[in-house]
Amino acid sequence: MRTADVVVIGGGIHGCSTALHLALRGLKPILIEKDYAGRHASGVNAGGVRQLARDLAEIPLSISSMVLWERIEDLVGDDCGFESHGTVLVAENEAELASFRVRVEDLRLRGFTHEELIDRAELKRLVPAVADHCPGGVVSRRDGAADPFRTTQAFRKRAIEKGAEVLEGVTVTGVSKVGTNWRVETSAGPVEAPKIVNAAGAWADRIAAMLGEPVPLTVVAPMLMVTSRVAPFIQPVVILRGRKLSFKQLGNGAVVIGGGHLATPYRDRNETVIDWAKLAISARTVWELFPAMRAATIVRAWAGIEAFMPDGIPVVGPSSTSEGVYHQFGFSTHGFQLGPGTGAMMAELVATGSTNTPIDGLEIDRFLKPEAPPVVAQARKVHGDGADGGILAQQRDFPSVDE
Amino acid sequence: MNASDLASSYDLVVIGGGPAGLAAAALAARAGLTTVLFDENPGVGGQIYRAITFSPVKDRTILGEDYWVGAELAAEAKASGALIVNGAMVWSLDPTRMVGVSIAGQARLIEAKRVIIATGSLERPFPIPGWTLPGVMSAGGAQTALKAQGLVPSGRTVLAGGGPLLWLLAAQILRAGGKLDAILDTTPRGNWLRALAHLPDFVLSPYFSKGLKLLREVRAKVRVIRIDRLEAVGDDKLREVVFGAAGGERRMPADLLLLHQGVVPNVNLALAAGVAHAWNERQLCFEPVLDEDFNSSVAGIAVAGDGAGIAGGTAAAERGRIVAIAAVRALKPEASASVPDVQIVRQKLQRESMGRAFLDWLNRPADAFRKPEGDTIVCRCEEVTAKQVRDTADLGCEGPNQMKAFLRCGMGPCQGRLCGLTVTELIAAQRGTTPAEVGYYRLRPPVKPITLSELASLPIAEAERKAVER
Repeated sequence: MRTADVVVIGGGIHGCSTALHLALRGLKPILIEKDYAGRHASGVNAGGVRQLARDLAEIPLSISSMVLWERIEDLVGDDCGFESHGTVLVAENEAELASFRVRVEDLRLRGFTHEELIDRAELKRLVPAVADHCPGGVVSRRDGAADPFRTTQAFRKRAIEKGAEVLEGVTVTGVSKVGTNWRVETSAGPVEAPKIVNAAGAWADRIAAMLGEPVPLTVVAPMLMVTSRVAPFIQPVVILRGRKLSFKQLGNGAVVIGGGHLATPYRDRNETVIDWAKLAISARTVWELFPAMRAATIVRAWAGIEAFMPDGIPVVGPSSTSEGVYHQFGFSTHGFQLGPGTGAMMAELVATGSTNTPIDGLEIDRFLKPEAPPVVAQARKVHGDGADGGILAQQRDFPSVDE
Repeated sequence: MNASDLASSYDLVVIGGGPAGLAAAALAARAGLTTVLFDENPGVGGQIYRAITFSPVKDRTILGEDYWVGAELAAEAKASGALIVNGAMVWSLDPTRMVGVSIAGQARLIEAKRVIIATGSLERPFPIPGWTLPGVMSAGGAQTALKAQGLVPSGRTVLAGGGPLLWLLAAQILRAGGKLDAILDTTPRGNWLRALAHLPDFVLSPYFSKGLKLLREVRAKVRVIRIDRLEAVGDDKLREVVFGAAGGERRMPADLLLLHQGVVPNVNLALAAGVAHAWNERQLCFEPVLDEDFNSSVAGIAVAGDGAGIAGGTAAAERGRIVAIAAVRALKPEASASVPDVQIVRQKLQRESMGRAFLDWLNRPADAFRKPEGDTIVCRCEEVTAKQVRDTADLGCEGPNQMKAFLRCGMGPCQGRLCGLTVTELIAAQRGTTPAEVGYYRLRPPVKPITLSELASLPIAEAERKAVER
């Protein structure tokens, strides 16, 4: 039987990052992935590396992640295609700009300065192609974008080099306590370890349920589409608030268009069904905002399968019922940027029992308390890694869970 | 016909206007199903009967009597009451049978109770060194030019490859007054061993006498050289063809090299719809998994014609009829009595399929022409070489979908049509496993590229209504 110090369940960027950081601390993790690393949300998201417009509870993890992103090559031996040209939240009218001003001022009072209000002139300088009706916006200048599959693979590879064992195509079928150890039953036989990290993404509720800790996770599939290559015309990632849109030009000229319109996910079949009627809404938004894009060809549309929590922020931290179990899931379509820092924090938490990075507000038992958080908290974060701008505003559109 | 003239739903949507689609639409519409046939070409006929309604090639002997059979199919479909829409590009089909179609730059989403995918076949990739040079083209492309515009190749022309269609095209070019400098036959001699067992069946089939006649006709006029290696050489365009034949390497100056090594099912739309596929080792391609009525693994979606597995044009029409009979029985049982007896159609199909096994084994392309090496381009859209694919497989990349992420192969506008099989076979070869095990690209819609404006043109009311309903 296999034994390890920690069993990490899930081979997305979070599981791979946690496995790497555990190995860097000298622990022996075994990572179990039912498909292959980066098969789902971590490999097919829009690659936004964004601190902008995050929920307050996530900002510490986001800031610590950003530090790691800026030295990603040192960490994983691959630059992951990371380029930093900022993220710009575009205001489409004065009312939006006013609400952005309130937010930026609030952050400043809390000591966070990464979000910066910009006027029409600066917006036009940063995003010359944007339509003239936009009066300004917010920029987070250190933000950027990376190649998601390559990044997840780089974390996986470096984790293995540092001593992690990665089992792919292996499914977890049960979890039980054996003495001081957890026994994880898998399709490739049992694995025992004193600690478990549940980083199973859209399947994490099933792992939590095995541990007697059910959570209200919704399976969602934010859609993305990519166009044929067009001449370079935009450097930052652009997101909107009023309408669902994220917009990014890749180095090769192709433009990735997202915004959080949802496909129908079928997580038991690893499939999603694209909803063209909703992508047409994105197409119309781009048509209005970036006239230069009108003749561009749409080459491909897809959706990754992700976990969304009722309050739109992840579950990060120790289990409330099972000692030695930690949760790291429910990133609600904006977990890619958080991967490096959350993995580092989680490894610290697992190895030492505590962490210096604040994760208050992300506890799993927030869903168990009688005064559970409101379904859509006002002033919560609005935008995701690119696939999901403005997703909360449309939460009622969510398809029901796939079973 | 504008996109806005379409109804929002039909009993039956037929995609593709070749023999399978025409026969299916005709039968279903006559039985009273509301039927629409979408075909992306200016006229129906598919590849085999391309331009059947407007071909400028009026001398019937040039394209042959087998071609003109298509005129009858087209006329039947037209008379049946089916709505036949040409210039209609289907860019999406999902498991709920929502069909995304674009007509003259305007997009619509159409619901269908049943869908028949009749998108036929496409030419198997023929990745040789230099195949991306101007002056190298597929034989199918040349045949299209002949049928639709009456054009025959000019200049020094070499035809290379194998399979029945290669010889048919050669004959058609010669009859139309064209000239071929040589035919380079890539069929491996060893194929005869496996084909021989199926010879009796073949001799009794119509293919036998037609095939022999065709071979004789072509061989009388063109030099045929059997080769085991092929390269297109040139700077800015094709200058010469280099090949390995008995007696060593030879070179031949050429202006045009036409390549063809058989056809394979065009699986893109079926794959995008989530239809299960399996590897066919005899035909070296993926094909949909279908029941005897050609129903796929997705409820309400059937595949007819060569898209269901290569069997030729006349078999395609019979398959179309079988699928349409099943659709009538399912949607309008009271009309079942008016449709032909399916057992009789099945028997006809059986007869049409005779001799196929022999042809398949005989014309199975050699490894050397399917699994390239070195700097030979595999993915033309993203310019990925055979060496890159092989090296990445060696590094642990197990399947074409991971390969996409590493090398971007298959991610260009052709959606893997020109590289999919090659990438699968290269990974299998490199990792010592089978193509069945390696699998194929996951196909992302749109199956055909549409412009942002086209997508934005989806009727708003309809888009919003469906967004709420779904």
